[in-house]
Amino acid sequence: MDRLFDVITVFSLILIVWVLSSVRRSHIRVEYSVSWLLAATLLLVLSRWRTFDDWAASALGLPDSFLALAIFAGAAFLIVLYRQSLRISGLKDSSITLAQQLAILEFRLEALNEKVQAPNAR
Amino acid sequence: MTADAKRVLVLIPAFNEEANVGGVIEEVQAAVPGTPVLVVDDCSVDATRSHARTAGAKVLALPHHLGLGGCVQAGYRLAYELGYEYVIRVDGDGQHDPRDIPTVLKALENGNCEMVIGSRFVNGNGSHTSLLRAMGIVFFRAVLRPILGHPVHDPTSGYVGVNRTALALFSSTFPLEYPEIEALVVLQRKRFRFVEVPCRFRPRRAGRSTITAVKSLYYIIHVLLGVFVNILKFEGRRK
Repeated sequence: MDRLFDVITVFSLILIVWVLSSVRRSHIRVEYSVSWLLAATLLLVLSRWRTFDDWAASALGLPDSFLALAIFAGAAFLIVLYRQSLRISGLKDSSITLAQQLAILEFRLEALNEKVQAPNAR
Repeated sequence: MTADAKRVLVLIPAFNEEANVGGVIEEVQAAVPGTPVLVVDDCSVDATRSHARTAGAKVLALPHHLGLGGCVQAGYRLAYELGYEYVIRVDGDGQHDPRDIPTVLKALENGNCEMVIGSRFVNGNGSHTSLLRAMGIVFFRAVLRPILGHPVHDPTSGYVGVNRTALALFSSTFPLEYPEIEALVVLQRKRFRFVEVPCRFRPRRAGRSTITAVKSLYYIIHVLLGVFVNILKFEGRRK
């Protein structure tokens, strides 16, 4: 069982390093890395805080403390994914609106150019 | 196309329809001479844009692919900004017969509704509907009946005319994927009315439909979800 906790510790450390390195290389913007870093740090702390895991397992009526950790980890990452979905939806809405407005502006600009050029062509 | 004194605009959303769009525009011009035609090109990779211009249409060129709903909404937004009273949407694949545009327009001008659906099932010709689509139509008729409070025969029809009131609504709120069915629910939430008029539908002239069995299943799930979300939705952030 201890080995499973160690695996989670290593996994959360890798995740933290991975996210930080992505931020450093500008693959992820800082504001979008915060949720991932918080979730990974929480996982790291819980994987080393056995007293809390044991208490949570008994409070939740679970047979062992690793299950409690797994539930916390699952919940943390679900929240992160939900937050990212919200952001993606917002960005998609903005991008559609921008694309439509850009197309409309180009259309109007083209119409204006045609108007301006029409007398010159005569 | 200027911003003064306009009544009717024919809107043609098109994505990779170089083989069809020119013919559709010519048919529209023959059916309603002098009516401006706007092709909304959803970032086609073929020559849709140039074929549309050559045929005499104005082209609203989207900078990236938005899908049908985003494409149609862009056209509605422009039409609303330019002050059109009525907009009639005809698909760019040639399946909608433009000779029925006057029928749709007449129903709109009667003023009893905000939207007119060109239906292949109201004394029309539904024989060109695939089995899969026909099954979907029957299913969505049953789903929409209690929501709308009255029957709709052809809920998936994209042959649609809207007046300026509906145009104002759709300019700000329009379903982005598979918009036809969800648009009916959007209208219902605003207590707007729609009527169906018989229109002729034809098989697509060239090219292949992108609808597959898997996509149809996704369509059903997506639209069902969209319908119920639209029933529950408050006026959201997109304006």
